[in-house]
Amino acid sequence: MYAPSSPPTVPTAVKIVISGGFGVGKTTFVGAISEIEPLVTEADLTEVSVGVDDTTGVAAKTTTTVALDFGRISLDETLLMYLFGTPGQDRFAFLWDDLVDGALGAVVLVDTRRIEDCFPAIDYFEDHRIPFLLAVNNFAAARRFDLTEVREALGVDDGVIVVDCDARSRESVKQVLLALTEVVLIQRLARTGHAR
Amino acid sequence: MTDTGPRLPDPRMIPHWAPAPPPSEPAVGQRPPEAVELPEDHVVVRPFLLTGGRTRPVQDGLRVETILSARPAALSAPLRFEARRIVELCQRPTSVADVAVALRVPLGVTRVLVADLLADGYLRREEQGELSVAMIERIRDRVRAL
Repeated sequence: MYAPSSPPTVPTAVKIVISGGFGVGKTTFVGAISEIEPLVTEADLTEVSVGVDDTTGVAAKTTTTVALDFGRISLDETLLMYLFGTPGQDRFAFLWDDLVDGALGAVVLVDTRRIEDCFPAIDYFEDHRIPFLLAVNNFAAARRFDLTEVREALGVDDGVIVVDCDARSRESVKQVLLALTEVVLIQRLARTGHAR
Repeated sequence: MTDTGPRLPDPRMIPHWAPAPPPSEPAVGQRPPEAVELPEDHVVVRPFLLTGGRTRPVQDGLRVETILSARPAALSAPLRFEARRIVELCQRPTSVADVAVALRVPLGVTRVLVADLLADGYLRREEQGELSVAMIERIRDRVRAL
């Protein structure tokens, strides 16, 4: 009936966490490349919530991700990549441990208008030794900064990769994920003493 | 993986499990053809009603990407509703996250339901050790080829 004749191959599943401050474009980033609709519950920002959720610089934002959003990419027949956006607001930070546990790596999205919003994410991934990179999401309205300037403003180590991205563009998102897999690989090789 | 949508053994079964867009989905026009014509606000079930109000899974360490499998024998087990659906889905190895998508219930609810089935032996989790360097290279190459 439903039983296949031989046991089906068990796929390998890896998880990438997409993080960053409130309104930085995590849902957009996931949606740009996922083969499934992001499972999102964007609730309207109520007046009550507007006081709680700091919309400075993102005043046009009227919805926020309440549930977790996630996407899936079938890299091949037996290799699945899941993208999980972390909840945007501080009050959901308690969900992070469950979500980040076992992650292959993390993308920290940066909005140059509110650069400090990504600090908690950077601290978190450094503390938990999750390979990560910073992706500066280029909003149309925001002033463009040189990546060196962004790096200085963030005060991150030279070892931390900072890239530009457009969270709306599939190609751009793909390049960010590719860069992240390189970071993961380099850190693994360094850790196991196979530096090359 | 489950792109063709859930396979319902009996067309009378639980139409709201059909892959219809969630009520908050703005793109109503993209409703798939097999979606049923329930009013959008027809099914209002408090999510944790499905778990008898429990919010903590009976087993820890269930990640969103954990792959689950069910033996064919589990199909003849006396399971109902969501539990039955999960066992059907997991005839092919399926992640916790994809189970949540197929059932259209929150991840927290899914984990409670899945943990029950694991505890009762209807499901097993496919353990995945640390990824090898070769596997990470494969992931990188596949991402590049996207």
